[in-house]
Amino acid sequence: MAIELVQLLIYGIVLGSILALGAIGVSLVFGILRFAHFAHGDLMTLGAFFAFSFYVGLALPMPVAFVFACAATALTAVVIDALVYRRLRRTSPVILLISSFGMALILRSLVQLIWGPSNQVYDPGIQFPYLIWGLRIKPDQVTIIVGALVLVTGLHLFLQRTRIGKAMRAMADNIDLARIVGIDTERVVIWTWLIAGAMAAAAGIFLAIDTRLHPIMGWRLLLPVFAAAIVGGIGRPYGAIAGGLVIGIAQEFSTLVLSPSYKTAVAFGLMVVVLIVRPTGLFGGRR
Amino acid sequence: MSLLALDDIHGGYGGADILSGVSLTVAAGEIVVIVGPNGAGKSTAMKAVFGLITIRRGTVWFAGENLTRLRTDQIVRRGICYVPQVDNVFPSLTVEENLEMGAYVRNDDASPQLARVYELFPRLFERRSQAAGTLSGGERQMVAIGRALMLEPRLLLLDEPTAGLAPRFIDQIFETVRGINRALGLSILMVEQNARKALGFADRGYVLVLGRNRFEDTGPGLLANREIADMFLGG
Repeated sequence: MAIELVQLLIYGIVLGSILALGAIGVSLVFGILRFAHFAHGDLMTLGAFFAFSFYVGLALPMPVAFVFACAATALTAVVIDALVYRRLRRTSPVILLISSFGMALILRSLVQLIWGPSNQVYDPGIQFPYLIWGLRIKPDQVTIIVGALVLVTGLHLFLQRTRIGKAMRAMADNIDLARIVGIDTERVVIWTWLIAGAMAAAAGIFLAIDTRLHPIMGWRLLLPVFAAAIVGGIGRPYGAIAGGLVIGIAQEFSTLVLSPSYKTAVAFGLMVVVLIVRPTGLFGGRR
Repeated sequence: MSLLALDDIHGGYGGADILSGVSLTVAAGEIVVIVGPNGAGKSTAMKAVFGLITIRRGTVWFAGENLTRLRTDQIVRRGICYVPQVDNVFPSLTVEENLEMGAYVRNDDASPQLARVYELFPRLFERRSQAAGTLSGGERQMVAIGRALMLEPRLLLLDEPTAGLAPRFIDQIFETVRGINRALGLSILMVEQNARKALGFADRGYVLVLGRNRFEDTGPGLLANREIADMFLGG
């Protein structure tokens, strides 16, 4: 039984790492631009398929394909912002939210048009897990956890040490004051999309490594990603990391008592409970 | 020649005009106070300098340059800092990061300024790695003023720096403002609810009523004016 629990914990950390990377972007975008970005799941899908093209199509090594896919997705996010969201920024957040929903549909359709509607994998065949003290751990799962750890550490250093990272936190705290001290807010917005896009791509690629590629893979994960961002405190990137792990682990543990098809419901339920008990989330985000 | 001049400013926040003809000047090295009843447009006049309202008519001059159509960050780069009345610190950033943000538009190393601000407010040095949101009201005001000084501005705009503070902090803030004015030769334009005290220490003052200039005189001159006293100094 104990072994089984630890095994589920490992699965939970793997899923949690993926959710955390997605939730960081949702949380950053909400903190800086004040709207819930519904196209984030499809940005994850896009990142995963970019990596597919670089890795399978162009036969580049996976780490290179990973970096290229993150860069391409980050640029896509910046372009989407410049073409669509930027023009709507002076309107109400609801209009931005709806437009991001439309963007989600556009991205998903584009993925289907370009890469087709069926399942794909990066590497065909079966991976044999390592056996450590009776635990089954696949090399891919180690890659995902280590990869997420590296990215989160990088984000932490960026937010704490760099001028633009501090400006980003300042702007999430108080956008009017950020303007008053002379922060170029449009530049911070571009950096926000670069980071949110790259993190979304990483989440999508890790999800595809863990499962497989499909045009609606990211959309399906959107609810747990939002739940993670809200549980952690929306607008707080550190909260998003904690929220991702909480949701991921809770989803895997729920399979002990519930059918696995209720995993998403578990994320939703947990989000509702947190909203009732502690509406600002674990890390005290915005209302 | 005056450092700052507002010339017949009309404007507001997009709806009806809050300001309908405000003119004022601040000379280099001067402390000027704007007083007036609630809703007179005191804070709005200050925001007009900083490009934070829609100016429909009139011009803002700073050191011979027209600021009226500039963006806020461009105005900051010309050497004007604005300390709003409320929400004037970044709560989740540490005290030191708040101060660093004040030097955001500078491209040089701001550590000498940081040392100067810590010298002026030793309490901020003690609390430098604490989140600004956990500070008391008076300490936050020090952070906000300290942050403005990081830029070494030529003009400092203070919007009711003593609002809601305990009496012992009020005197301390006034002393600090006078201190930085003397030591740095910094011009100061401030809005104050605490009219009697503010006029007592300002070089000159303006009384705004309903978005227009009503009186203009030296600080003591305004204090001695019976009409002003009857109007809102409380006799």
